Amino acid sequence: MRNRLLRFGQAIKLPGLSFGLAFTLTGLIIALSDSRVLAKIGSPLEFVKSAGSLVGNSYLALFQGSIFDINLTKGHSFFQGFYPLSETIVTATPLILTGLSVALAFKSGLFNIGAQGQFIFGAIGASYVGFHFHLPIGIHIVAAAVAGMALAAIWGGVVGLLKAKTGAHEVILTIMMNYIAGYFILWILKTKSFLRPGRIDPIAPEVGLNARLPLLAGDNLRIHAGIFISLAAAVFVWWLLTKTTIGFKFRTVGANSQAAKTAGISVPFVVTVTMAICGALAGLGGAVHVLGSEHALNADIAGSFGFDAITVALLGRAQPVGTVFAALLFGALRAGGRTMQSSTGVPLDIVLVTQALIVLFIAAPTFVRYIFKLKKLNSAASLTSKGWNG
Amino acid sequence: MSLELRGITKTFGSFTANDSIDLKVETGQIHAILGENGAGKSTLMNIVYGLLKADSGEILIDNKPVNIAQPSDALSAGIGMVHQHFMLIPVFTVAENIVLGHERAGKFGVLDIDTARLAIRRVSKDFGFEVDPDAIVETLPVGIQQKVEIIRALIYEAKVLILDEPTAVLTPQETDELLKTMRDLKSKGTSIIFITHKLREVREVADQITIIRRGKVVAAVSPQTPEGELASMMVGRAVDLAPQKHKHEIGAPILVAENLTVRDVFGVAVVKSVNFHVSAGEVLAVAGVQGNGQSELARALINLEDHIEGSLRLDGKEIRGSSIYDSLHAGIAFIPESRELDGVVGSFSIAENLILDLHDQAPYSKGINLSARVVLAEAAKRVTEFDIRSQSTADAVSTLSGGNKQKVVIARELSRPVKILVASQPTRGLDVGSIEFVHERILAERDAGRGIILFSTELDEVMALADRIAVMYKGEILEIVDSNVTREELGLLMAGVSSKKLNA
Repeated sequence: MRNRLLRFGQAIKLPGLSFGLAFTLTGLIIALSDSRVLAKIGSPLEFVKSAGSLVGNSYLALFQGSIFDINLTKGHSFFQGFYPLSETIVTATPLILTGLSVALAFKSGLFNIGAQGQFIFGAIGASYVGFHFHLPIGIHIVAAAVAGMALAAIWGGVVGLLKAKTGAHEVILTIMMNYIAGYFILWILKTKSFLRPGRIDPIAPEVGLNARLPLLAGDNLRIHAGIFISLAAAVFVWWLLTKTTIGFKFRTVGANSQAAKTAGISVPFVVTVTMAICGALAGLGGAVHVLGSEHALNADIAGSFGFDAITVALLGRAQPVGTVFAALLFGALRAGGRTMQSSTGVPLDIVLVTQALIVLFIAAPTFVRYIFKLKKLNSAASLTSKGWNG
Repeated sequence: MSLELRGITKTFGSFTANDSIDLKVETGQIHAILGENGAGKSTLMNIVYGLLKADSGEILIDNKPVNIAQPSDALSAGIGMVHQHFMLIPVFTVAENIVLGHERAGKFGVLDIDTARLAIRRVSKDFGFEVDPDAIVETLPVGIQQKVEIIRALIYEAKVLILDEPTAVLTPQETDELLKTMRDLKSKGTSIIFITHKLREVREVADQITIIRRGKVVAAVSPQTPEGELASMMVGRAVDLAPQKHKHEIGAPILVAENLTVRDVFGVAVVKSVNFHVSAGEVLAVAGVQGNGQSELARALINLEDHIEGSLRLDGKEIRGSSIYDSLHAGIAFIPESRELDGVVGSFSIAENLILDLHDQAPYSKGINLSARVVLAEAAKRVTEFDIRSQSTADAVSTLSGGNKQKVVIARELSRPVKILVASQPTRGLDVGSIEFVHERILAERDAGRGIILFSTELDEVMALADRIAVMYKGEILEIVDSNVTREELGLLMAGVSSKKLNA
């Protein structure tokens, strides 16, 4: 037990410090980029006071926008105060799934940049089954989600197959596949089968009521059952990697593909299957997003879920649990950033700067170790994705 | 010129690589430093050559203390070094390589190569070398490349020459020639520090032997000391240099290769239509100088190469073109040449490394469920059986010594039902103790009726273990000879001279 605690402490020390460093720096940026604060530079005391209050208010707004806001309870139930937390989770739900997609690929030594495209195909599949068919409650959700996953698994699997058969690099392949997916959705939303009757802007019909994921906390909060799907997926990925022979093959190829090959493990098989499962995970993200909160497919359905996924997986050290927490953090920053902008006038971009700084410090562990004079962490915790020749 | 080291100590963290080492190399002497891998020989020489800085101790040249902070200090003090891995630029000529780092420009800033050419001719003549200053280095045999390194040291007036494992890359003939060169240099007054772990060579040329073990000087002995004694001083316990090979009946052929050809990615044949068989209870050694197709042939035996032609039959069944998985599970055990790259997954635990090939077999898994309990229980058995030294089977393999890593590989490969054991350079880079273990294990498998095919560039190993010896040269098996062949005959074969040609 003590050992486990120690290991847990080791695992979160670096992300924790990076996190703290990023917030400290962001605070400085918030203060120094504000004209009202800078106007007081003449008197140091006033300057520090106003800077302090601005930074304090900004972070308070960030909290109120992402976790709990007492003001929202006025005239409503106490529960309504958790509206921000609900928004955080709604944003995090698809992000967990795309993050897991990238993390699983990392474990097999692959760099999946393609979660964005896979997400789009998941959304398209789920949306079509969701609005085109009329199925009984329960079955409809499963059918829509499975359709999305299947399409995305093929989309991802093709990348794996191409890499396995021709040696083409998955980074190039997935980037290109993202372009194709991004323009494909623009096209398909103009076709008769997808364009909502009576509309000319690219939006599909809403999915049937039976195909929607149930809301968890009443009609006023958007939080839906998708979060359970995401958490179950995290458990699945953990189980796959640590408890199965397939996961063992994945990890072996990821850690040393030459030794894996010499021991008789088929590297092409691992590459193809990994990419298909990664596609299915990201596709499930797209499906959950459509069935849970958006209900209708639109051109911008994927937002940046597929790209943020890379950051989330890195921040989570490619571990399922880490990915869940990293996605929740990103959801919180996204949800809280809006409130910060509206209540203190600090632009949303600053929140994006915070995100970027966290990632920067995570990606440069030597730098953070240098700052805090840490010893080298257990190397087994490091990521194993390879470069161009991998 | 004499070189003396007094109390040289060097630590890396909590590890003491050199522990107050005292050493004196007299003028015109060959001083051998003998020690296992990791004993601290290279650290010591890197200190002498200025690549590392000692924590304490001093270096004296002709009884006067000198300060060597970088290689240029060593050079100007008259110390030259020939590294194990040559520091030559393959596409440059000999002369260009020699002026490298000492370039002088003549008229109009044109590089002055002629002076170097003359110097090379002069040194070559003095020592009887035949080196063409205008030859491109990569076209020269390894032995000549080494001479280029030696010439470079001599031209810059090295009075003390450090040779770091110089014979590791040479054929037996080239080795003999090097030893002769060393004697010549000595007679002209050059002192030589000869670093090696090969006992035979040491006894042949050294005037004085210093044995280093775990960073300490354990003995300074004369070259008359018997090999067995030197070995036990090196290892710190009694060692059996010549493994016991029991006479016994050799059975029927198990693995038969006919017209086996292996091509590289460019379609060039690197193994050219070889024919051989391995029988039950025998060791077929494949000898040859590194790079004559042995590595590719070894890999081809489990279909690890992509372009293989011809026939390879295991117990009469064609296995060429099978998957690697099927080849392994048909009964071939494979010890790869590169442990780190192909043998183990460094970041995985010992237990995980022991099932790289067996993870999807009973009892380790049921369906797709991997049983951690069985994996650990089986690992505990293997660790005991193969004497793998570690604190726990959960330790990452990257924390083990080379010998223990190799034991992990061997333990894994022998835990399948095995008919043939393919061992490619199984003792490369291992210490004497581990070599002994590997040799015993190979002979035990032979005695148990398995067919062994041993790929080795170490002549001593080949002579000690083989029942028959196939010599490879430029992708072909030149000849398959009995184990009672002499070193000289074997050496000639390795250099491409077949005995048929000799007798003709």
